[in-house]
Amino acid sequence: MNSASPRTLLVRGMLAGLLAGVAAFLVAYLLGESKVDAAIAIEEAAAGAGHDHGGEAPVSRALQATAGLGTGVVLYGVALGGIAALVHCFALGRIGRFGPRATAVVVTAGLWVTVTLVPYFKYPANPPAVGDPDTAARRTALYLLMIVLSALLAAGAVILGRRLAPGLGNWNASLAAGGGFVVAIGISYAVLPGVNEVPAGFPAALIWDFRLASLAIQTTLWTTFGLAFGFLADRALVPTRAPKEAVQPTS
Amino acid sequence: MANSAVPTTNAPAIAPISLSALAPWAVFVGILMLVLLYFVGAEQGATAVFEGETVHEWLHDGRHLLGFPCH
Ligand SMILES: [Zn+2]
Repeated sequence: MNSASPRTLLVRGMLAGLLAGVAAFLVAYLLGESKVDAAIAIEEAAAGAGHDHGGEAPVSRALQATAGLGTGVVLYGVALGGIAALVHCFALGRIGRFGPRATAVVVTAGLWVTVTLVPYFKYPANPPAVGDPDTAARRTALYLLMIVLSALLAAGAVILGRRLAPGLGNWNASLAAGGGFVVAIGISYAVLPGVNEVPAGFPAALIWDFRLASLAIQTTLWTTFGLAFGFLADRALVPTRAPKEAVQPTS
Repeated sequence: MANSAVPTTNAPAIAPISLSALAPWAVFVGILMLVLLYFVGAEQGATAVFEGETVHEWLHDGRHLLGFPCH
């Protein structure tokens, strides 16, 4: 039996990530930029804060909101696409009877939960003017720690589920592994320090809108990626499958 | 492998990619993608490879909207 080439799947994963990045950029530009602008207006009104994103900044607001935003979101999409394609290469043929497209959807959904949602609910996105520049290194370290922890716990849950499956059956083993993951994430949330650097008087509605926009960007990115990569991965593996499908009716 | 108890049906099963075939790709692409993520999310923020603020300022809106800690 032929197996898929990692190179083909990785290239297609990055292509799907590029497409997902473009879709996410459109959402970011349409939904997110007005919130960034509103937060920067508040930041500049509260003059005296040390961080200067104002007039003599090396990159103008117009560039930040278009080319800069596009660069960041598209590169982010390509990078996550490459990583997701790697996970897909590993999962392909190892998670039961799922074909390439279904595997892509399962892997994408799993990464969306572990890499985006779980860290997001502990350390959500913040608009400019929320957050002390002096604690940026600490906040970045905590955010990365949460992502790594979430990924490791998810991998642990998958291994646990596979171990339990022969005894409990697939359904109950999945429930037990999923429950274990939720409990472990809950404990991580409780143990890791919280971050709350919202200045007094900062509009709560603006933070809510900004975080919703951020969630919409991430959801657009992962959904587009999952569908596009599923399509491309399926197409890539058609030559591998076609002879078998053609042979079957005659046998 | 442990997962060989999969029932065979009309849908053709996909052969898994062997770990030895995948390992070099995992290292190469994995490192490349993580470096890319570092530049999008943290360069000239938490730490810096290059001097100045241009990278930070250029990627600023993306960092905030993608959920990376910024300022
Ligand atoms: Zn910032």
